[in-house]
Amino acid sequence: MKKNKTGAAAAAAPKKPFLKKLKDSRTLLLMCLPAILFFIVFNYCPLPGVYIAFTNYNFRDGIFGSPFVGFKNFEFLIRSGELWHLTRNTVLYNLAFIVIGNVLQIALAIMLNEIGSKLFKKVSQTLMFLPYFISVVLIGAIAFNILNYDTGALNSLIRATGGNPIKIYSQAGIWPFIILFCNLWQQTGYGSVVYFASICGIDSSMIEAAEVDGATSWQRIRYIILPSLKPTFIILLLFALGGIMKGNFGLFWNLIGNNSQLYSTTNIIETFVYRTMMSQNNFATSSAVGLYQSIFGFALVMFSNWLVKRIDPDYALF
Amino acid sequence: MAQQGTKIKRTKSTKAVKIVSYTVIALFSLICLLPFILIISASLSTEGVIAKEGFGILPKGLTLSAYMWVFRYPKMIIGSYVVTILMTVFGTIVGLLIISMTGYALQRKDFPFRNAISFFIYFTTLFSAGMAPTFIWISRYLNLRGSYLAVFLQLLMSPWLIILMKNFAKSVPFEITESGKIDGAGDFKIFISLILPMLKPALATVGLFLALGYWNEWYLSSLYLGSQVDFKPLQYYLYGIINEANALKGSVAGVNVTFSDLPSNTLKMATAVVATGPIIFLYPFVQKYFISGITVGAVKG
Repeated sequence: MKKNKTGAAAAAAPKKPFLKKLKDSRTLLLMCLPAILFFIVFNYCPLPGVYIAFTNYNFRDGIFGSPFVGFKNFEFLIRSGELWHLTRNTVLYNLAFIVIGNVLQIALAIMLNEIGSKLFKKVSQTLMFLPYFISVVLIGAIAFNILNYDTGALNSLIRATGGNPIKIYSQAGIWPFIILFCNLWQQTGYGSVVYFASICGIDSSMIEAAEVDGATSWQRIRYIILPSLKPTFIILLLFALGGIMKGNFGLFWNLIGNNSQLYSTTNIIETFVYRTMMSQNNFATSSAVGLYQSIFGFALVMFSNWLVKRIDPDYALF
Repeated sequence: MAQQGTKIKRTKSTKAVKIVSYTVIALFSLICLLPFILIISASLSTEGVIAKEGFGILPKGLTLSAYMWVFRYPKMIIGSYVVTILMTVFGTIVGLLIISMTGYALQRKDFPFRNAISFFIYFTTLFSAGMAPTFIWISRYLNLRGSYLAVFLQLLMSPWLIILMKNFAKSVPFEITESGKIDGAGDFKIFISLILPMLKPALATVGLFLALGYWNEWYLSSLYLGSQVDFKPLQYYLYGIINEANALKGSVAGVNVTFSDLPSNTLKMATAVVATGPIIFLYPFVQKYFISGITVGAVKG
């Protein structure tokens, strides 16, 4: 990144008038044009619509014709405790995903590095990647296959061993664990390959020297590999913290959907926003929660980027 | 003697690490694979036995009857397939072209607007209007509700894929662009004939992400297509089959006829297999590029 900046300074040195710059780079500008138009139409144009969060939106009057209500929508969300409940769930789930996920990914990456057999490594990597490739809808189907009361694989196992089957889809207390498991199942293989690549990038002369000195595998892991993963870990962790207000919406929705018995432990900001809009047609409340998420999320990204910049400016996003 | 002892200890500990690694990786791979076996087994089972005994690892009463039901009234599922394949193929091609053009231009050191445009694109990840305002804009003002375009267009690109492509393009030496310039080629000509061939691994990686995005799409379909189109994209079709008992009968029959012998449990699983199939077979072919691709993406993301 640094190299790039000095390059930019060199290129900008002979000051050209704006129109000349425009003319000289017209081909490159045209090459960027489709993308620019795309982001204008799908990302910038909807922005004024956040005004809905301050109205009592109805379809007939449209965005700017609906009655303005100020902060009423937010007041209601705060007073009912809904906003706090959603924030708490979202943050706690994400913290669990980030911490447990990263630890597992690093552990698996290190073990993958210990595997000598090429074939074993290749087959296991292919299998570990598989969950990342399927749709969340299929994950919902898998959950149904394993967990449903009448025919679920888990309950049929319990029945076969003489136990009492469990009504999993009506017990809110179990679901944080199920969702955590599904998230890890989906993401761990992918993440561990990223860490594995970072292990492969370690200077091999260091590891060879350690081997000559008679270090055991464990010592090699403890004193060379783990410390060298630290920067990657810290950076990934901090960026993940920036996204802590977002959620793995598809996964939550396909596991829970409109099953209100499970809301207390599984409702996150994005499922609430989607449900309020699609099932209740309440665009104002949905927009209010969405705006709260955007602003809070923006602040968090700024904060984590500031932290990254202090630790290692090379990795900062901007 | 003492040295001999520590050496044995050393190899012992090294061996222990190896054994643990092989075991854990094998177990984890198995956990990743198991659900797929469960689904396939269930889809090959007889409905009656499933109703009595429930799903298991092995098929219960081997039969293809659930698959026969999936294709009994083939118009729906084949229509879904056609829609999904068309969107995936065209979306991936168009998306790749736009993303690679943009990515290449944005890393050109002699392009004075590259930082401004990069930030313009990147900003969309920092702050978004949110689900409801975007939905109202696209359905009410762009009038795209009920149009496949609402799904097709929105999946064409993402800031993250453009950044990934930009990082790849950065690794192509600038001398290649310069040599093209000396030969008198324009920027677009340089991009098409000199740069694109060198971006093959990047195109494979980004192309796979795009294809996956289109194939696994259900969310935008649920927002913008709903029941307004004849043929739902595959995953959204599957979503309906899994989540709504009534959708099952309606979509299989196409008319309001009740089938007492409809194998609803195994049919769900067979539909899941049919809807997932091709994308998994695609994966091994691009795996090589893909792993190197996400590594570049992870370094600077």
